[in-house]
Amino acid sequence: MARMKFICDAERCIECNSCVVACKQEHNIPWGVNRRRVVTLNDGVPGERSISAACMHCSDAPCMAVCPVDCFYKTADGVVLHDKDLCIGCGYCFYACPFGAPQFPQDGAFGLRGKMDKCTFCAGGPEPDGSEAEFQKYGRNRLAEGKLPACAEMCSTKALLGGDGDVLADIYRQRAMARGKGSEVWGWATAYGRPEGKPSAPRPQDKPGPKAPANGNGGKS
Amino acid sequence: MMRRILTSLLIASTGAGLLGLAGCGEREQTAHYEDGRYRGKPDTPPYMAAPFGGDVMKYENAMRTRAQNQNEYNRID
Repeated sequence: MARMKFICDAERCIECNSCVVACKQEHNIPWGVNRRRVVTLNDGVPGERSISAACMHCSDAPCMAVCPVDCFYKTADGVVLHDKDLCIGCGYCFYACPFGAPQFPQDGAFGLRGKMDKCTFCAGGPEPDGSEAEFQKYGRNRLAEGKLPACAEMCSTKALLGGDGDVLADIYRQRAMARGKGSEVWGWATAYGRPEGKPSAPRPQDKPGPKAPANGNGGKS
Repeated sequence: MMRRILTSLLIASTGAGLLGLAGCGEREQTAHYEDGRYRGKPDTPPYMAAPFGGDVMKYENAMRTRAQNQNEYNRID
């Protein structure tokens, strides 16, 4: 089975927030709940970078580990979902999540914290696929319709990609090869640092010899 | 007299040795973690929905094709 993942290309994201709007509109998300948001690093500084963030559907999800009522489950596609009928809105998952993905509706009095809501990878939840109950609780089930998440498919610059991790990795690799840079902008070296004095990998155009083909896939079309 | 001193020394050293061994009986300090199991309602996989009718391969091929639509390098040559 596929292993569903998101990847956001910081070289392409233009902070248009269309992914946020697409998600809100697709699932009729209430005010105050943001399943997806765009984060900008070094905002206003030349060279600023934006990245669209939501639930990353972790392989070893901390929200699943800390949930006291065990309302989380993972589908065969690797999508992390939860049962809202079981959720008690304790907020442990919010503290455990490194991405701030779990959201809690707060439209009531006295700081009411409702049941948790988060990105479902447009895969609905534990209600009959395409039913009204599923839409009301979890939003639309696009995977059951043969579609990918609305945010990724709506992205105008295709900065945000969604789907099987292997396919996404191939697309991103081809893209980074074609433009000769980008993988270093948001990757391991950015997150964990690069050892002092160790140069980054040479770019294709820096290498001597024949120039890389324009489509970046080794000349294959 | 000498014998009594030796006996008491033997008893004292045995006692000290036993006390020292008592430290080896330390209990585990870390909490035992048990994996939680999902206790909610069962969910049907997406390939059971109408467009696929339970055909996993059809679903996976549809997903793969759809994902490749995000690759604009497929659209230029």
